[in-house]
Amino acid sequence: MQKPSLELKGSSFTLSVLHINDADLDGVARELDDKLAIAPQFFLGAPLVINLSAISNPDYNLAGLKDLLISRQLVIVGITGAPSAIANQAKALGLALIKSGKQSQTQPQLPKTTKIVKQNIRSGQQIYAKNGDLIIIGAVGNGAEVIADGSIHIYGSLRGKAMAGASGDKNAVIIAQNIDAELVSVAGQYWLTENLQAHASIKSGCIRLDGDSLTVEALSL
Amino acid sequence: MAQIIVVTSGKGGVGKTTSSAAIATGLALKGHKTVVVDFDIGLRNLDLIMGCERRVVYDFVNVINGEANLNQALIKDKRTSNLFVLPASQTRDKDALTKEGVGRVLEELKQEFEYIVCDSPAGIETGAMMALYYADTAIVTTNPEVSSVRDSDRILGMLQSKSKRAEEGLEPVKELLLLTRYSPTRVATGEMLSVADVEEILAIPLLGVIPESQAVLKASNSGVPVIIDQESDAGKAYSDAVARLTGESIEMRFVTEEKKGFLKRIFGS
Ligand SMILES: Nc1ncnc2c1ncn2[C@@H]1O[C@H](COP(=O)(O)OP(=O)(O)OP(=O)(O)O)[C@@H](O)[C@H]1O
Ligand SMILES: [Mg+2]
Repeated sequence: MQKPSLELKGSSFTLSVLHINDADLDGVARELDDKLAIAPQFFLGAPLVINLSAISNPDYNLAGLKDLLISRQLVIVGITGAPSAIANQAKALGLALIKSGKQSQTQPQLPKTTKIVKQNIRSGQQIYAKNGDLIIIGAVGNGAEVIADGSIHIYGSLRGKAMAGASGDKNAVIIAQNIDAELVSVAGQYWLTENLQAHASIKSGCIRLDGDSLTVEALSL
Repeated sequence: MAQIIVVTSGKGGVGKTTSSAAIATGLALKGHKTVVVDFDIGLRNLDLIMGCERRVVYDFVNVINGEANLNQALIKDKRTSNLFVLPASQTRDKDALTKEGVGRVLEELKQEFEYIVCDSPAGIETGAMMALYYADTAIVTTNPEVSSVRDSDRILGMLQSKSKRAEEGLEPVKELLLLTRYSPTRVATGEMLSVADVEEILAIPLLGVIPESQAVLKASNSGVPVIIDQESDAGKAYSDAVARLTGESIEMRFVTEEKKGFLKRIFGS
């Protein structure tokens, strides 16, 4: 079959946002030139969004600002945070109106890191894998606790407590070579020993969420 | 190079003091200069089992506080040469042991002795932490029942996180399992965990299995470490454990039910 000549796909991009704090174009031009002189490479050809939330004058000279920026080889893709009068000007000038996903400053997401522990986790010990998976090569004893924001893999017996998806990840799973736990939980849904007893025939297995309730399936490990 | 051995358990009454006395005596009988140190401040027990309670003048805490020197406090065993006891105080509480003070005394003992056996108090409080802090080897004393195994697991966690070796990132404390008060008959009836069960849960090498034995009570009542009684099953089992501790490889005894002979079957044992 022939490949379609166009396709629509969603993607997200990180764009720099230039905040205009003063309606005076001459002032903006001067400060911009100073900045460009310091780091010309940084701005050259970089797509910019202009934030006009500090501008209240509906007759603001947006066309003038656009010319000013283009003359300095900056690429303007749109404006954001502008009052409606200025938004109309933008349409006329062919600039997009862009809403940022969250106006608040969102923390950049930390990269996921896996924690590997090669020892038996003893009663009274607690291991927490923040922001990632936890892999235990050894047993988790009665009275020991292993917790991960991601999934938990135990290459040994799980006799203590295991809590996966500790910050809400419903796709997290707990995999253990020998399930004999005091408690297992995924994203806050938990089972105690007595709940697990109903599946006592399963030794090695995977515990995960099926909708809102836990299930366990046998795995041969 | 002197070796510091802690006899520890978490749970109380499992046989730490009995084992400390037996193992220290066994090491001395093999010709190693050995001292056994009582860390159970306030309860003083080791000196009774060692049969030297009437000869205690100064104790461990006196030495830590500089009220006596080590030679004044050490009691030389009457039966076994190469064997000394550093008794605990009956009148102080466990806070008398400071990390710095204990370290200083152990350092001094290391100059004189090959083996320093530390009899730990039960629990996971100061006294027990002090007893295990400087250890090179830990003999984790465990009875074949769930709560004792659980507490031993807890102590193993402490050894891995709270000992000096752990704190300084040195080679970890060598952990050995000593299963005491073992009764093959009660294992067979399912009242007790088996050697294999306990080994599976704790996952550390097995130093020995000491059978439940009348000889232990008899020995402690007369103030003679049970290892001296080589007629007894417990005495033999402790000798085996000491041999393994010094690197010999010896098969485990007393782990299966004894087959009763014809006469025993008729007349009972
Ligand atoms: N193998 C054994 N067979 C029979 N009895 C034993 C055996 N080992 C120890 N016991 C008994 O168990 C009791 C506790 O022993 P011991 O004092 O050695 O334990 P402990 O762990 O030092 O106790 P604590 O935690 O109070 O210091 C004593 O009465 C002792 O005689
Ligand atoms: Mg004791």
